[in-house]
Amino acid sequence: MKLLYFAWLRARVGCAEEEVALPPQVQDVAGLLDWLRARSDGHAEALRNLGLVRVAVNQDYVGLAHPVREGDEVALFPPVTGG
Amino acid sequence: MIRVQLEDFDVGAELERLTAGNHRIGGIASFIGLVRDMGGSDPVSALTLEHYPGMTERKLADIEAEAHKRWPLDAALVIHRYGRLEPGDRIVLVATASPHREAALAACNFLIDWLKTEAPFWKSEETPTGERWVAARAEDKAARERWTSPFQGTR
Repeated sequence: MKLLYFAWLRARVGCAEEEVALPPQVQDVAGLLDWLRARSDGHAEALRNLGLVRVAVNQDYVGLAHPVREGDEVALFPPVTGG
Repeated sequence: MIRVQLEDFDVGAELERLTAGNHRIGGIASFIGLVRDMGGSDPVSALTLEHYPGMTERKLADIEAEAHKRWPLDAALVIHRYGRLEPGDRIVLVATASPHREAALAACNFLIDWLKTEAPFWKSEETPTGERWVAARAEDKAARERWTSPFQGTR
């Protein structure tokens, strides 16, 4: 699975992009975020407050219950501030 | 039509092109967003816009399609820049054209409200105390919510 991070999430995680192999117990976005928090202190810090994290799977906004699978492109980023 | 680009745009030329040859159009509404020199109470010397290539274009196309569904528009245009910009620089152009002004004005308002909460762009400001990411504003979310009712369109 390809993970993308933007804005301050990228800064806290420490990279813009990473390729991960999902363990079988990770089935949905909530599970993915739990698993990612254990990857590094940077991940844990970036994902500490889920009120400030938006998730897109294959470039569509999704909620915590959305399924994730191998081959997905998952992006994590703060609320958007364009315009 | 949507465009995401590094370079500046010429508002006059864009509006000219938007309506060229279509004489059903009776009015164009436009919004142009500029870089402000203040962020909260701090002076801002520049800002950098980051975006999510691919999803940005996709969300902008969705938003534009939604505007066409809700109002009888003959043309719509959204241009959004990314990269480093300085106070006074243009960030975004939204323009809508319709036989009558009501649809053009409402759709233009709708497009900028939706874009601000849906399109994956992030601003980082350069201030005297360093760089900082701009936080999302509750007012923008409230402005977006105004349009969630299915009764807001004129179709």
